[in-house]
Amino acid sequence: MMAAAKAREKKNFQVVDFLYKYGTLITILLLIVIFGTVTDNFLSTSNIIIILRSISIVTIIAIGLTVSLSVGGFDLSVGSVASLANAIVISMYVWHGQNVGLGIAVTIVFCLVVGVINALLVINFKIQDMLMTLATMFVFQGVALTYTRGATISQNMVMPSGDFATGQIPKLFSKMGQVPWIIIIMLLIVAVVHIFLTYTKHGRYMYMIGGNQEAAKLSGIAVSKYRLIAYLISALFAAVGGIMLGARVMNAEVNAGAPYLMDAVAAAFIGYSVFGAGKPNAFGTFAGAVLIGILSNGLIMLSIPYYAMDIVKGSVLALALGITYYKRKH
Amino acid sequence: MIDSKASRLDMKRISIAFPGVQALTDVDFHTVAGRAHALIGANGAGKSTLMKVLAGAHDHYTGSISVDDEEVRIRTPKDAKDNGIQVVYQEVDTALISNLSVGENIMLEQTVHNMKGKHLINWREIHRSAQKILDRMNITVSTKKLVQELTLAEKQMVLIARSVSKQCRFLVLDEPTAPLSHSETEQLFRLIRFLKEEGVGIIFISHRLPELYEICEDITIMRDGKLVIREELVNVDQHKVVEHMLGAKMDGQFPHVQKEIGQKWFEAKGIRDGEKVNGVDLHVCKGEIIGLAGLVGAGKTELCRALFGAAPDVSGQLFMNEKELRIRSPHHAVRNGIALVPEERRREGVFVEESVSTNLTAAGLSRFTRWRTWLSKEKEQKAAAGIIQSLGVKTPNASAKVGNLSGGNQQKVAIGKWLLVDADVYLFDEPTKGVDVGAKRDIYELVAELARRGKCIIYASSEMSEIMGITDRIYVMYDGVVVKELHTSQTSEEEIMLHSTGGLLT
Repeated sequence: MMAAAKAREKKNFQVVDFLYKYGTLITILLLIVIFGTVTDNFLSTSNIIIILRSISIVTIIAIGLTVSLSVGGFDLSVGSVASLANAIVISMYVWHGQNVGLGIAVTIVFCLVVGVINALLVINFKIQDMLMTLATMFVFQGVALTYTRGATISQNMVMPSGDFATGQIPKLFSKMGQVPWIIIIMLLIVAVVHIFLTYTKHGRYMYMIGGNQEAAKLSGIAVSKYRLIAYLISALFAAVGGIMLGARVMNAEVNAGAPYLMDAVAAAFIGYSVFGAGKPNAFGTFAGAVLIGILSNGLIMLSIPYYAMDIVKGSVLALALGITYYKRKH
Repeated sequence: MIDSKASRLDMKRISIAFPGVQALTDVDFHTVAGRAHALIGANGAGKSTLMKVLAGAHDHYTGSISVDDEEVRIRTPKDAKDNGIQVVYQEVDTALISNLSVGENIMLEQTVHNMKGKHLINWREIHRSAQKILDRMNITVSTKKLVQELTLAEKQMVLIARSVSKQCRFLVLDEPTAPLSHSETEQLFRLIRFLKEEGVGIIFISHRLPELYEICEDITIMRDGKLVIREELVNVDQHKVVEHMLGAKMDGQFPHVQKEIGQKWFEAKGIRDGEKVNGVDLHVCKGEIIGLAGLVGAGKTELCRALFGAAPDVSGQLFMNEKELRIRSPHHAVRNGIALVPEERRREGVFVEESVSTNLTAAGLSRFTRWRTWLSKEKEQKAAAGIIQSLGVKTPNASAKVGNLSGGNQQKVAIGKWLLVDADVYLFDEPTKGVDVGAKRDIYELVAELARRGKCIIYASSEMSEIMGITDRIYVMYDGVVVKELHTSQTSEEEIMLHSTGGLLT
């Protein structure tokens, strides 16, 4: 009797374990099968490219967030930083007529400064990462708004002086926002960060800090340095996300990056469980973004209205969190 | 309010077991109201467990408890309180609600238990009642002050005030003086004397022998979960107390290694860390094992952390081979060849979610990389396998999660990670705490082997037998200072214990 019960329990446990490890991937496959049979052109090459393109910016921002999560942090300001990057990069071309390289370089430098500010506040004042970056999220959002004077930046826009803006967005820059480059850049970033976190000393240190900061400190790991680096990387990819956004839509709308925050958070947390990693990881984050992208795309094809999409995304995030925390307890 | 009739408390043949440990065996304890009774014993002797039984914190003990020769049933904290037994534990912060006022904290139990059917708080009444209690006990703390603004001593007073706000015939004070300064202790003693006059029976747990003679009339000494002796305090002197606390010695546990003690290598001068470490000087030679003896709370852990750069406000100088070291963080300490095996293994020593090999390579990861960046799984696995074999870590394989190993094996992993780093100075803080006998023996051998290889070892422990068994020289700590330096071959456990308890100082 006992043995039978035990065996059953063990089997049960294995099922949970299996679902935990492969649940996300199975869900993705299931969704592909379902949407593929129900709709006509879900599996067409052009639609697959549309899906990948639609998730590329979310993925890039989510990858940055993943790195901040790996040291046990939580960078909520990524959406605002993306808005800021979007505004700066477009203004560089439209207002100041700079070339492609300089525009991108200036944007990234500014956003790295933002990362330094985040890191210093979190490390020196010992405030919970999530609360501190919630505050800086507002600040940087405000900075972006102030910089653009609350207006959308686009080519030939009317300047406060009454003239038209003369700068043009370079062709090369707009290429970056188009297929295939936008997808290639995304995949490249996923691969590089995956390698960084999994196969380098620095990635290992980051996971250790995330796992047990006190033990990491007492093992002689330079905890503050690595937390700073993590926030820098997070800000860097948020900036890249914002730049890609600018390249894709060719303008900088008010708070354009903000909606990406929640999708990025969802992608990163869904990614926790992929292959049973149990911690933030680049490949998992990509899988999370794919899951969200397929859901959105498929549901739109089924004529579910776009305004109901947040209900689905939120539910998926809740489910992913539920599984991750349930697993941690058991 | 305080019940003034003289009463007696008897605990008879109390036994209690926890998984794997027989914590108490047939312990008798009795005391009378109006007197202070000292309950003492070495760490792990069972004092706290006995008092927890009395407080109703454990319900699976055997034996009987009676008040005034009438047997009472104490299985829950409420039973204890209903019988007038109140306990003030050492961790005062866990019993107080820090963002509420002193008045609310003192009247807490009345607010919780006597509010059936009522919903409004009568603020005036709360502060008035609380003030009355404080006035009677001569404590000058405003009832409107928030508890988080109080000093530790004041918090203790508030907690005692709360205990006597209800019926209180016996009051247990669990090491109340450990965190207090001298004048604060005086204040506490005044309060205890007042309570004694009011007819409250005080049970006083402390590691500081001199103060027992100041405040207590009776003494009960425990060892290994058993009663050793119950006496009037005037009949036992400090040496006798220490002798009873220690009992028989363990032998044959400790390795005997032939080794040479070399030149002076590591030296610390005037180490201070707030109130916890108060100007400690020490030195270690190559191949020497230094014992840091002292009871819990003497400042051993704080000293180890200070030497390792893991405490924020440390002052003092460190020298290695006559050269001054600048150590501001553990990162610098490790780079300078200092390693620490911390006391709180799960919280500070290992990464429970990570594998054995990841844990073992944590401190010296650079050695297992190519171009100081790319991890080499192969090198890591090889090194981990070596350590697992040499330390006899019981694990299915090197990729098993450390969280799934037993305490002793986790500790071996916590130590093992420093063997993969080339350190000169090893700090061990209670390395055998919560470790089974076999693993203990392995750890002793490991420490001895490190010393034989010419490393400097600082070994902090509150177990006197351990200190006697493996060290060459001993610094005894008491209240954050080194009170005595002893050579192990020329001393005894009694002598160490006497100095650890502040004996013969006053």
